[in-house]
Amino acid sequence: MMEFLLIPWVQAVLKIVVFVLMFVMMLGTVLTLMERKWMSAVQDRIGPNRANLGNFRGHGLLHLAADGLKSIFKEDTIPEGADRLLFTIAPFFAFVSVIVIWAVIPFAGPIGDFKFQIADINTGLLFIFAITSLGVYGAVLGGWSSNSKYALLGAARATSQMLSYEVFLGLSLIGIFMVYGSLQVGTIVEQQNTYWFGDLIPKWGIFTQPVAFVIFFTAMLAETKRLPFDAPEGESEIIAGYFLEYSGMRYAAFMLAEYIAIVGLAALTTTLFLGGYHVPWLHADGFHFLGGHLPLSPWLVAVLQLGSFVTKVIFFCWLTIMIRWTVPRFRFDQIMDLGWKRMLPICLGNIVVTAIVLLIYDWSTAAG
Amino acid sequence: MEVFFYLFAVLATVGAVSVLLIRSPVYCALALVGTFFCLAAIYVLLSSEFVAAVQLLVYAGAIMVLFLFVIMLLNLKSDQPFALKFSIPKIIGLAVTVGILAQLIGVLNSPAAKVGPSGEYTIERVSAEGATEVVGRLLFTEYVLPFEIISILLLVAVIGAVVLAKRYVASGEEESG
Repeated sequence: MMEFLLIPWVQAVLKIVVFVLMFVMMLGTVLTLMERKWMSAVQDRIGPNRANLGNFRGHGLLHLAADGLKSIFKEDTIPEGADRLLFTIAPFFAFVSVIVIWAVIPFAGPIGDFKFQIADINTGLLFIFAITSLGVYGAVLGGWSSNSKYALLGAARATSQMLSYEVFLGLSLIGIFMVYGSLQVGTIVEQQNTYWFGDLIPKWGIFTQPVAFVIFFTAMLAETKRLPFDAPEGESEIIAGYFLEYSGMRYAAFMLAEYIAIVGLAALTTTLFLGGYHVPWLHADGFHFLGGHLPLSPWLVAVLQLGSFVTKVIFFCWLTIMIRWTVPRFRFDQIMDLGWKRMLPICLGNIVVTAIVLLIYDWSTAAG
Repeated sequence: MEVFFYLFAVLATVGAVSVLLIRSPVYCALALVGTFFCLAAIYVLLSSEFVAAVQLLVYAGAIMVLFLFVIMLLNLKSDQPFALKFSIPKIIGLAVTVGILAQLIGVLNSPAAKVGPSGEYTIERVSAEGATEVVGRLLFTEYVLPFEIISILLLVAVIGAVVLAKRYVASGEEESG
């Protein structure tokens, strides 16, 4: 009776529903509220807590429903002189690119033949880059089609910023490719569960490539247009940037895409630099630590791994939001200077140093 | 799988033809993006994920965005209606196009094209070793000289672009900003 679950495409659809719709979309939505709550904590306020059903307020949780209902029933205006078709579809361009990268993110280790990942393709990381590089179309088309000078300025800023930081995003990961010897996300995550000094320190990306980690995280912040890199939306200069003219559900789609991009940022950083779903010293058959062994059942291991992945993702979401409320916005020329004059040389240096270290390591293992 | 091939082939052709026929420059650029996307999908069907990803990354994700950027900033309006006037460049262009088309038809109808894939890099071998690994190894062993020459060519182009775009500063004056 349950045999239909073994059909590959049924599994794929189920994974998409569970991972993307139930985890990513939910976390993205809840983040819109968490951002306001955490911001209030930083600013010593209570934050949104007025929405209520009778006496039930749920610490502001009902604001999610209130925001959603408001967006749905708000008039969906299209400005005069706007390009109607592009104006209508631009939010979807923004949305698609942040959703599709989840196809290659593993959520937990495989159990038998079943993978907690929608597709483990050979060119996984290149696929992620290809998709994130398409994200800029949402901003460009939204800004251009609005027929508004502020929106156009925002689109121009978004384009140059995202194109520039894509370069450092790619360059920072070349070190990761070299260390783990693969572009396949599943392999990179598996490799991070090997250990230095017997089984003491896990070979997580953050330990093997610390410089790349800092650059990757910074470039991802710029790529998702988060503070301190949110010049494309700088309220004090260009009001709201490229989605200035949007209202109602289309505006909500842009906002939601931005929060899902944060979840994506967190998941990518986790997967590439924090061992993905791995719990330190936890292997497929249980814990191994300093010669000791604690056997666990495969399902318990999978649950622990899922928990570890979700915890790390939420940690990075929290970090991104805390950075927003700690660091002031960079000026646009500062963003470009930081990228091309500081990060580019560091990226290239990191690649050269990594290559030399790997070569020496190979020689020493070959000789000894 | 064949259904997907025909789907993307038709879409790619429709996109390419629309680039020629649509008047609005922004829609032209978007049609070209669509064509690149369909080509990438066809590469995937040919089990060449690496080429597909690079196609999306370089063409759709970078070059076409710059195209759109320029079109946006110049604020190009729709083209003039297409007028069928013959000039010498157009006639030369037509002759070259017809020549290339005839050549293509000739090559595709030759017996050599009907043999199918051959050589040591079969689909099985590439999928076993991984498309990226195979391309990378070949680039740095067998094709290292052409690869380096292309790199130098690109470097020359980059330096040329910087030199052309740089504002000349009068001697003795410090550049500001």
